[in-house]
Amino acid sequence: MANQLAVSVQGLTKVYESKASGKKIAVDGIDLEVKVGEIFAILGPNGAGKTTAVEILEGYRDRDGGEVKVLGLDPAKLGSESWAWRNRIGIVLQSTNDSQDLSVSETVHHFANYYSNPRDSESVIHEVGLDEKANARIQSLSGGQRRRLDVALGIIGNPEILFLDEPTTGFDPEARRAFWDLIRKLRAEGTTILLTTHYLDEAEALADRVAVIVDGKIIEISTPENLGGRNTAKARINWFENGSRQEIQSDSPTAEVAKLASRFSGEVPELTVIRPSLEDIYLKMIGKS
Amino acid sequence: MKPNVLKVGLLRGGLEIKQFMRQRESVVFTLLFPVILLFIFGSVFKGEVGPSGVTFSQYFLAGMIASGLVNTGFQQLAIMIPIERDFGTLKRLRGTPISPVSYFIGKMIMVFAAMTVQIIALLIFGVAFFGLNMPTTFDKWLRFAWLILLGSICSAILGIAFSAVPKNGRGASAVVSPIVIILQFFSGVFFVFSDLPSWMQQFAALFPLKWLTQGMRSVFLPEGFATQEVAGNWEVSRIAIVLAIWAVAGTFLALRSFKWSEK
Repeated sequence: MANQLAVSVQGLTKVYESKASGKKIAVDGIDLEVKVGEIFAILGPNGAGKTTAVEILEGYRDRDGGEVKVLGLDPAKLGSESWAWRNRIGIVLQSTNDSQDLSVSETVHHFANYYSNPRDSESVIHEVGLDEKANARIQSLSGGQRRRLDVALGIIGNPEILFLDEPTTGFDPEARRAFWDLIRKLRAEGTTILLTTHYLDEAEALADRVAVIVDGKIIEISTPENLGGRNTAKARINWFENGSRQEIQSDSPTAEVAKLASRFSGEVPELTVIRPSLEDIYLKMIGKS
Repeated sequence: MKPNVLKVGLLRGGLEIKQFMRQRESVVFTLLFPVILLFIFGSVFKGEVGPSGVTFSQYFLAGMIASGLVNTGFQQLAIMIPIERDFGTLKRLRGTPISPVSYFIGKMIMVFAAMTVQIIALLIFGVAFFGLNMPTTFDKWLRFAWLILLGSICSAILGIAFSAVPKNGRGASAVVSPIVIILQFFSGVFFVFSDLPSWMQQFAALFPLKWLTQGMRSVFLPEGFATQEVAGNWEVSRIAIVLAIWAVAGTFLALRSFKWSEK
């Protein structure tokens, strides 16, 4: 089970053409695989092509090149399998603003009717933490509550894979924590999750593996711990000597500092030892440092 | 097991009615607009259509009901669906296993329900304040019923088909409303149809509104008035055929052109 693929993508390409700005390569030949049961994050700055890539996987957009399989089927060639395929996936879009005049409960119960084997509506409302808002009109919900409703509608069909496009944008820290717990719970129940985010901490907190995407290209796929060679990154040691700053990089900073200490026989002038933070690595990767 | 397309359509119909009823402005407007129009026309044009003994108000009642079907079905859906596209309603539905046919059925049920209430309001107002005559035979009521049903289907499905034309919700009204208004003038909603120039009559005969209006006249005007129609009779079976052809063509167009999202 663990080695089965929920998603496989090879050489995915999408080009937008417009009269105003000419050709723009939104997705530039990306490859990725998502295993059944894992949380896979696509991390990248705004405009990197995350949403375009995911919407191709969800069957919303055409592609210009490459191979895509989601739950064993090509989303662009579903044909008569379309119903059965959509019955097995759940989608949480980037931003929604619909069904303002309905209540949470009415909406969740109604969407359950679209699927062959839906979850129990009441327990889904409970799981996403909207019990108290069950009878409230959607227009009265806060941004975070609306997002929870989006997730409720994404999972009501009991999907094998759930797509989440920037699920926590605009959340306060407490709402984000609660949301992350919900996502972990879904994974524990066996749902494969593919999420996009531009928050590094979100990818770190949730994902088993992370793909970093910049300008339509995947520049690395790794576990959050190893992202950007973070686990093996050299420390920078610098100090003041002979009228200027000196710097060396080292895998064993303690030994280097000891050497310096004996050379200076005591205090090393203006000594600093810097280990790169994940933030540093990420910013370097996306070319913003 | 795959949910039944018709059943999901009926459930959507219930949901659409609920949403419609909760938008008070649109409820009031939809229900009262034809009543207000009847009031204006009934007050301005006193008197009778030719030497027939039929009052203008009675004549316009038929037009108000027919054009109500076009406003509530075609116009409302051709404007509302692009707005739903903008709001992401359709994109969300597209991501679920729902069939577009269920969505269409839901819209039709909503149109039919709104139409029924609108017509009841119009008839009560017409009888109470303008002394309008209601049909007296069972046959005419039966004809009235199938005209409303077929008219709602035809109008709604064409509205769904046309919803692919406006690029977005903001521009939809500007694209849709002029078409409806011109058709209303050409189809004998606001004027006596037989008084219109014949090129206008023939142009109007290509579209369903003219036939729907004529059908409503056959229900609400005395039998004797049929001789004053352009064809010299009500052409009831031709009305049914034209509306049925448009309903089938509209279904075909809607299935082909319907867009869940802009892209």
